[in-house]
Amino acid sequence: MTPEEIYRHTLEKIPAETLGELAADAAQPWVTVAPDQLIEVLTVLRDDPALDFDCLDCLTATDFLDDGQIEMVYHLWSYTHEHLFVVKVRVGRDDPAVPSVSELWPAAEWYEREEYDMFGVRFTGHPNLTRLFLPDEWEGYPMRLDWKEKETALGIPTTRPDPLVPKKDGETGGAADA
Amino acid sequence: MGYTPLNLPSNVITTRIDALLNWGRLNSVWYMLFGLACCGIELMQTGGPRADLDRFGAVFRSTPRQSDLMIVAGTVTYKMADRVRRLYEQMAEPRYVIAMGSCANCGGWLQKSYAVVKGVDLIIPVDIYLPGCPPRPESLTEGILELQKRMRREHFITK
Repeated sequence: MTPEEIYRHTLEKIPAETLGELAADAAQPWVTVAPDQLIEVLTVLRDDPALDFDCLDCLTATDFLDDGQIEMVYHLWSYTHEHLFVVKVRVGRDDPAVPSVSELWPAAEWYEREEYDMFGVRFTGHPNLTRLFLPDEWEGYPMRLDWKEKETALGIPTTRPDPLVPKKDGETGGAADA
Repeated sequence: MGYTPLNLPSNVITTRIDALLNWGRLNSVWYMLFGLACCGIELMQTGGPRADLDRFGAVFRSTPRQSDLMIVAGTVTYKMADRVRRLYEQMAEPRYVIAMGSCANCGGWLQKSYAVVKGVDLIIPVDIYLPGCPPRPESLTEGILELQKRMRREHFITK
């Protein structure tokens, strides 16, 4: 089914105010839903036999600094019908909270941990929301657009002395003591 | 020092204790397998048949307790930095470190990343820096030979 057909088929189960409009002129057309209707929409997409989206291909996030929002993007794929669809959710940057879809697709567990690690988005109902890639003691969310690298990270300096600048007496130039 | 001719049989040699100890040590530099990233492949190949490290007496050990040399081959992240320090401190002295490749020298092509330590010498002291991305096996062999030259000059008995 083409994305337009998927959209029209979903409108039979989900009212049009919840589903929103299809952004049809993109390479992968998407719909934007509200966070509290997310589980309902995704359950219909997964369980309806004509749609049968049994695979969560990808779950990413985009930081819109000017709008003050973080957008979560769900890429869905169906192995039986071989069609794909995209669902987007927008939440505010100050305390982003989205319901977790890890009960619908277990693959979402690590995707959501990555989003928490990089953007700070909290997923309610997630079984184990801890950092995935960065160390547990890390502070900050690096993929946000307003994140800046600090002087030291976990006690290690984050800059190297420039080797082309002549060293003054007594400087050791960045090597740790034996 | 004067030379006193000794009538020794041909199977007796005289040397200094320091030279003997250093000769023993530099011909058996056991390195720890610490391949973290792509340089690890080159490290494995340097121990492989074509550019053989075993002919210098350098065999790989998996544990720091049995190794003299730690070849940091690859990118060190902040998550790994704690473990690198711990493994370095578990090595017995005299111990040496070779920073192999661009990432271990200075952070390399990932120097702008938030998660990469900008050079392993911010964590542990390094003896030999090998440039390259990755350094060829010949380059790593040259690094070990340079390390052997330094070991030859060390002294324990004399000041």
